[in-house]
Amino acid sequence: MAPLLHVDNISVSFDGFKAINALSFDIGDAELRAIIGPNGAGKTTFMDIVTGKTRPDSGDVRWAGTNVSLLKRSESQIAQLGIGRKFQKPTTFEDQTVHENLLMSLANRRNPLAVLVYRRSQPDEDRISGIAQQIRLSESLDRLAGELSHGQKQWLEIGMLLAQDPKLLLVDEPAAGMTAPEREVTVALLKELAQTRSVVVVEHDMEFIRALDCRVTVLHEGAVLAEGSMDFVTADQRVIDVYLGR
Amino acid sequence: MPELLQRTVLTRHLLRNPSLMIFLGALACVCLAVTILGEGFGIGLISTSFIKTLGKTLCLCMIAIAMDLVWGFCGILSLGHFAFFALGGYMIGMWMMFARTRMIVIEAAQNNVLPPTPVEISEAVGTQIFGVVGGAEIPAIWAFADLFWVQLSFIALVPGLLAYVFGWLAFRSRVNGVYLSILTQAMTLALSLYLLQNDSGLRGNNGLSGLQNIPGLDHVPQSILSIIFFLASGLALAVTYIMASAVVGSKLGNIIRGIRDDEARVRFLGYNVESYKLFIFVLTAVIAAIAGALYYPQAGIINPTELAPIASIYLAVWVAIGGRGRIYGAVIGAAFVSLLSSYFTGGQAPDIPLGFATIIWTDWWLVLLGLSFVVVTIYAPQGLGGLIDKLVTRERG
Repeated sequence: MAPLLHVDNISVSFDGFKAINALSFDIGDAELRAIIGPNGAGKTTFMDIVTGKTRPDSGDVRWAGTNVSLLKRSESQIAQLGIGRKFQKPTTFEDQTVHENLLMSLANRRNPLAVLVYRRSQPDEDRISGIAQQIRLSESLDRLAGELSHGQKQWLEIGMLLAQDPKLLLVDEPAAGMTAPEREVTVALLKELAQTRSVVVVEHDMEFIRALDCRVTVLHEGAVLAEGSMDFVTADQRVIDVYLGR
Repeated sequence: MPELLQRTVLTRHLLRNPSLMIFLGALACVCLAVTILGEGFGIGLISTSFIKTLGKTLCLCMIAIAMDLVWGFCGILSLGHFAFFALGGYMIGMWMMFARTRMIVIEAAQNNVLPPTPVEISEAVGTQIFGVVGGAEIPAIWAFADLFWVQLSFIALVPGLLAYVFGWLAFRSRVNGVYLSILTQAMTLALSLYLLQNDSGLRGNNGLSGLQNIPGLDHVPQSILSIIFFLASGLALAVTYIMASAVVGSKLGNIIRGIRDDEARVRFLGYNVESYKLFIFVLTAVIAAIAGALYYPQAGIINPTELAPIASIYLAVWVAIGGRGRIYGAVIGAAFVSLLSSYFTGGQAPDIPLGFATIIWTDWWLVLLGLSFVVVTIYAPQGLGGLIDKLVTRERG
């Protein structure tokens, strides 16, 4: 079966520095995958390329086994195809309520006129309250996103991704700045999500990755260094040298 | 009966926005009071020229709402919206000047033995209007000048098209922030310089004049016309306010505030940010143009200095002082600052002798404006509207 996302031999360099160097790998359907690697290994650049923010110098990124190349599409078109992204810093719309944040993210029509005449509907409201429950924010729907705690903002952002109903979720450092109990909830949340869609988690925190209990890809200098279960990659001597040994 | 009221979109919108009802009520009171106190229909306590000042102020409030939509809500600091305002004025001015000159020419020719041919009339009109810039031919852009409805549609179409082309080019190239502001300044400066040329077809630095005289309404005194224009401006402002609050209150309002706060995030949600910016930019340009078309008949004259870059900067200052991101803030800022401005620069404010120097307000007004802008920015970054918000929340909570 064709993979959901097929990254084929991409390279990109910034001012002579090779951020991604002939990187290839696949993400399957409904797969939970963790990507680790030292700083500058190209983790965030990889996400930038998949979501259309950065164009690679060479290589290709193919979507859902079709001939659709993501490289010729804009950020908004890629998002509409079904790739959602959670940023390193929690980026919610702090000036707006949790409800409004989720409403904007719902997979509805996206052109200005349709949005202008949009009327709130019961199915949409049901979906919002469903997501709010999933991300543990049911009580906070009418609060401004800016008033939430750091961990809650991270969840809200995951909720916004859910509302988009993506096939692939790219999650950048979800556990950063979270308390231990918040981490546990986040692990459960991500595992729950991965049952119906693919989730790629970029994270530094080894404990967090171990708790995710999934296939791990180790990036180093813009290429795949090792891939396999957590125990497998942490036993790899090269991985220990470049990452764990430090 | 109440169920029936609930049903219309407008009443539902009104009921959901109490501040909108307060504003409309206040505006209606002002309109009524001015009508009663004016010379045209009332007791004549307010002079006709002051009514024109008030009517112009309402138009400025209207363009301030446009500025607030584009800057306060969508985060595009356009410093060129006065270009659209002035273009709207030019479009209606062309019809007024042409139609009225034509009537005068035909009237003057009535005593001739032979009735004038269309060519003779057109030549006479051309000489009358363009003699001042050394021409007698009617430029091509005046082709529809005597067709009222066509020229009326140009008020929206011409500035709208300019905004569309400019916005499409700028937003597509992802020009943002201060670079976009500079680009809009360049646009208004370029347009102003172009219009200053005698062969631009719009009478160079003379601009269009005599706009206070409405073609076909020569017998109506200015005291009545001024009230009519004042009320028309009030109505246009009310409609603009209702429309702006509907846009802001819709899901589109959520999106444009999202664009203001984090453009990239909106993009990754799947929205085409450029088309939203373009929509708001064109919409506000058209609002500005309609405001201009109501303003200049009350001012009586329009010339290229009206769209000097500084005019659009003042507009941003009004909205900043009034409080951006809230529609009533824009209205308060524009009304407050422009009325103060006409008080201080109109020579009514008494000079203040300080011994070593005298504060002459016509010169010092700009200093006062600049200082108040600084004070507002530092001590009340949300503007006057923000202070009102604080008072209201304090009373409630």
